Amino acid sequence: MFRDLGIMIVLLGRVLAALPRAGRRRRAFAEQLHEIGNASLLMASLLSFFIGGVMSLQAGTVLVERGLGSQLGGLVGLSLCKELAPVMMAILLAGRIGSSMAAELGSMHVYQEVDALRTMNISPVEFLVLPRVLAFTIALPCLVIFANLVGWMGGALVASFNQSVAVPVESFMSNLREMMEMHDILHGLLKALVFGVAVSTVCCHHGLQTRGGPRGVGRSVTKAVTNSIVLILLLDYAITRLLLPFDT
Amino acid sequence: MKPDAFPPSTAAGVRVVVRGLEKSFRGQQVLRGIDLEVAPGELLVLMGPSGSGKSVFLRHLIGLETPDSGEVLIDGQAPTEDLRSRRRLAMVFQSGGLLNSLTVGQNVGLYLTEHRLATPDEIQRIVKEKLALVRLSPDSARKLPAELSGGMRRRAAIARALTMDPQLILFDEPTAELDPMVALTIGREIVSLNRRTRATTIVVTHDRDLAFGIAHRIAFLADGRIAAAGTPEEMRGCDLPLLREFLAADFSPEPHPTNDA
Repeated sequence: MFRDLGIMIVLLGRVLAALPRAGRRRRAFAEQLHEIGNASLLMASLLSFFIGGVMSLQAGTVLVERGLGSQLGGLVGLSLCKELAPVMMAILLAGRIGSSMAAELGSMHVYQEVDALRTMNISPVEFLVLPRVLAFTIALPCLVIFANLVGWMGGALVASFNQSVAVPVESFMSNLREMMEMHDILHGLLKALVFGVAVSTVCCHHGLQTRGGPRGVGRSVTKAVTNSIVLILLLDYAITRLLLPFDT
Repeated sequence: MKPDAFPPSTAAGVRVVVRGLEKSFRGQQVLRGIDLEVAPGELLVLMGPSGSGKSVFLRHLIGLETPDSGEVLIDGQAPTEDLRSRRRLAMVFQSGGLLNSLTVGQNVGLYLTEHRLATPDEIQRIVKEKLALVRLSPDSARKLPAELSGGMRRRAAIARALTMDPQLILFDEPTAELDPMVALTIGREIVSLNRRTRATTIVVTHDRDLAFGIAHRIAFLADGRIAAAGTPEEMRGCDLPLLREFLAADFSPEPHPTNDA
């Protein structure tokens, strides 16, 4: 495990070192970004709409019982933007995009495409990993902003139409505006940025470390997704703890 | 496929010297002290049964593996990334190693594009030229590797290696999984390229016909060591039991049971 961690840190270091040459990978970066958007937008919409809705439903009934229904917008808004949207979107992307990154790089390794690049003195990190890590790291915060908006809308609609909650959309949104501050949004975006770097590095690492043919590719994909999810949850706690003094 | 006489020493190829090369993977020793020298411009075929360490040996020559002990010297220097670019070492992999996300043309021109060695127009011209050298039509440049047959993919991979104008070119099982006719064409390509470019050429194979058809010299690798080496004629006369067994191995099916009883 520690060996893997060490190799991942070295890989990330190489990606950072290759950053000044990122301009040469514009096309591959755009292709990756397009693929991420295509594969995840619909799922992200559904997921965030219903997370917002369920939050409204569960918290709403409790708050309304205690006469605190007017506070629902802030509660749903803050939970979504600081916690649920970054974590859920990171997990979604790890499953949909991270797995395909690991599989693609794994197959390339098994079929000697990565070795072929090295014999031509083309850095696999710059050619293959850099555009993927960059696209993933930029796409995740964008997806989180999108998920926040859809989730708030889902929360407001469920709060308004469900009889046991019955908080009007205007009241929900007004409380949300009142409670939310810019640093709350930035809190979630910072998490998304860190998750993006971590998940894409883990997935590319497992892809490039693939051994043993098609079965090895399967093993790499499983490892990439499970390790990514564990890492997301660990980093989530660490970042939340680190940012706690700034939130109060 | 009758090979040329041994090429003159004025060849553009490099001298390859391997001394005491040893390599283990997870405690299993694959190479057990290989000593071998390949002269500039020579076409050496490294032959041996599957699992004898031929491909691992080849990967050491181009610097994709690091020896546990011993050394590999290309014109007196270790095959580092720097040497790969100065001496232009190329390898054609068993699976071709073409990038499936790029077209054949992009694959062939990849080395030139990535290292900005030519303008896009020049690259297109060179790609056409190299494809023609391996008898692939210009149309194939627009296709994806997956749209080509196994033999065509192998030839496209050779064309890609040629764009590097290599001084050392390595072939890993170039005729594996190909039918005999295509294998014959690939063998002819290798001989013709070696004659034309004078690049030192090392071919790893377990295909006996290919080995004896194209080699200036054959080395027989068994159990992680060079068990015998010499010209094809010398190897035919060699009485090493392992080599005799390898050369004599033939498919002779059991007779079908009859219902006479």
